[in-house]
Amino acid sequence: MLRFLLRRLAVALLVALTVLTLSFLLTRLSGDLAISIAGPNATQEDVDIIRRAYGLNRPLTQQYLDWLVRAVQGDFGDSFFFKDRVAKLIASRLPITMTLGLVGLAIALVVSLPLGIIAAVRENSWVDRSVMMVALIGQAMPSFWLGLILMVVLGLNLGWLPISGTGGWEYYVMPGIVLAFSAIPSLMRLTRSGMIEALSSDYIRTARAKGLSRLSILVKHGFRNAAIPVVSIAAVQLGFMLGGSIVIESVFAMHGVGYLAWESIGKNDFPVVQAVVLVLALLYIALTLLADMLNAVLDPRLRSA
Amino acid sequence: MSEVILPGSGAGRRLLANTGFLLGALIVGAVLIVAILAPWISPHDPFAIDLTRRLVPPVFMEGGTPLNLLGTDQLGRDYLSRLIYGARISMVIGISTVIVSGLIGTTIGVLGGFYGGRVDDAVMFAITARLSIPVVLVALAVAGLMGTSFLLVILILGLLLWDRFAVVARSTTMQLRNLDYVSAAWCAGSSHSSVLLKEILPNIATHLAVVATLEMALAILLEAALSFLGLGVPAPLPSWGLMISEAKEYMFFTPWVILVPGIALFVLVLGVNLLGDALRDMLGTDLNR
Repeated sequence: MLRFLLRRLAVALLVALTVLTLSFLLTRLSGDLAISIAGPNATQEDVDIIRRAYGLNRPLTQQYLDWLVRAVQGDFGDSFFFKDRVAKLIASRLPITMTLGLVGLAIALVVSLPLGIIAAVRENSWVDRSVMMVALIGQAMPSFWLGLILMVVLGLNLGWLPISGTGGWEYYVMPGIVLAFSAIPSLMRLTRSGMIEALSSDYIRTARAKGLSRLSILVKHGFRNAAIPVVSIAAVQLGFMLGGSIVIESVFAMHGVGYLAWESIGKNDFPVVQAVVLVLALLYIALTLLADMLNAVLDPRLRSA
Repeated sequence: MSEVILPGSGAGRRLLANTGFLLGALIVGAVLIVAILAPWISPHDPFAIDLTRRLVPPVFMEGGTPLNLLGTDQLGRDYLSRLIYGARISMVIGISTVIVSGLIGTTIGVLGGFYGGRVDDAVMFAITARLSIPVVLVALAVAGLMGTSFLLVILILGLLLWDRFAVVARSTTMQLRNLDYVSAAWCAGSSHSSVLLKEILPNIATHLAVVATLEMALAILLEAALSFLGLGVPAPLPSWGLMISEAKEYMFFTPWVILVPGIALFVLVLGVNLLGDALRDMLGTDLNR
């Protein structure tokens, strides 16, 4: 168990280092940064000034090591556009993205767990088929388009929710629903297949033979076993949702880190862009690590391994 | 070849797989034909601007005319013609991305699964690292720095979406590696490349085909999202994502402007996914797990 965790932690650290390197390369390999920052109307002189000011005239390895040492300490430099520390900017925007991600995950779980269980209990019935149809529809739905439709229907026509912006809980409902749609198909399929497997197992037959109630069998014996992979996939899905929130934040004008990144991409504000890429990647790495640990804790069969 | 297992779990399931397959094939086939025949079947030039006839509603709505069956956009361009040409963009992006990412992912995955040991460790690490990178964000950042172009979208998506190919190619290769017919090929004196290309690859091809449909659907959705955010296929190309983005300003007054390209996108992706699901059911494997 301890060896497994240590090995897993080492891999996570190595992946984090790789992502650090990639997020640096991302901005350097895609062209001359000084020219990108200076804009189309800049003279050679402007470009030289920018190159010196941001240390872009130094050797690439030196720039890389400098970025690495600072980034490890949580220092991502200054934003060109916002005239502020990048770390501070991200810290102020991150709670919005995290809240959005958690709301999305909560909605996804509330929808997919019951539907997945019902589909498994009534396997191959019309209920099962309708649930699988819902999964297919969710998979095919373009998230930004669903967002716009909700804005027109719930925001304008029915007037139930604010159309866009950042604010109280009501601003998180529509983006949360849209974000949930991306996680519902896989969570639902996994719950369903896990439950089908659990319900056909010997311990369920034993429980039935003991004369336990149907509900008790479903929840205590069936779902507890089916939930193990669902918990870890939910953590991973949260990571994907945080990474994908850039689209939804831009649609709903929510000022989270995704929106920050989108604004910064448009303004060639590369310190912000590479920092957001890094932060979202690190969050994903942390969440998958958490998922593996949860798995080990929840599943006694893994504990002795 | 014993890998191919026919569905044996009830007639209902088989029927469902078949109707799904038929529907999927119908949708994808229709979009493919429309995309190929675009210049001959589109009623107007998709780029022709007519500012005197802006936002004309579709023919089935009040004020519509048979001249523009699906109405016109904010610049007076025929919506149906743009939609037809947009099918080309989605199909080309979907297929090209799958070719690029399929080549990368299959190569990496087969090598990892076949050689195991250190090679496999490296492959697993590459997959883990790739999964931790937020795709949309990185794609947007690269497009923002390098400028938008059709080819760049294919390259970015192709270089980012190889992970599932690698995962599936790796695990299926592992299952085949020690089977008798592969050992027989070794004994017969086949070279490494010959075993890989002639024995392994043909036998994992069906599994890769399922992945290809899933990735194609994902690539089409991602291209639309990138174009919607202004960093995908550049205007005035009629990408469906770009059409939704351009129509967004008018959606509160004339909601059909976002409905038309959105429904097209949804139906195409649904069709590709239906094909993939039917294929997976026929194979009797569950790649989601």
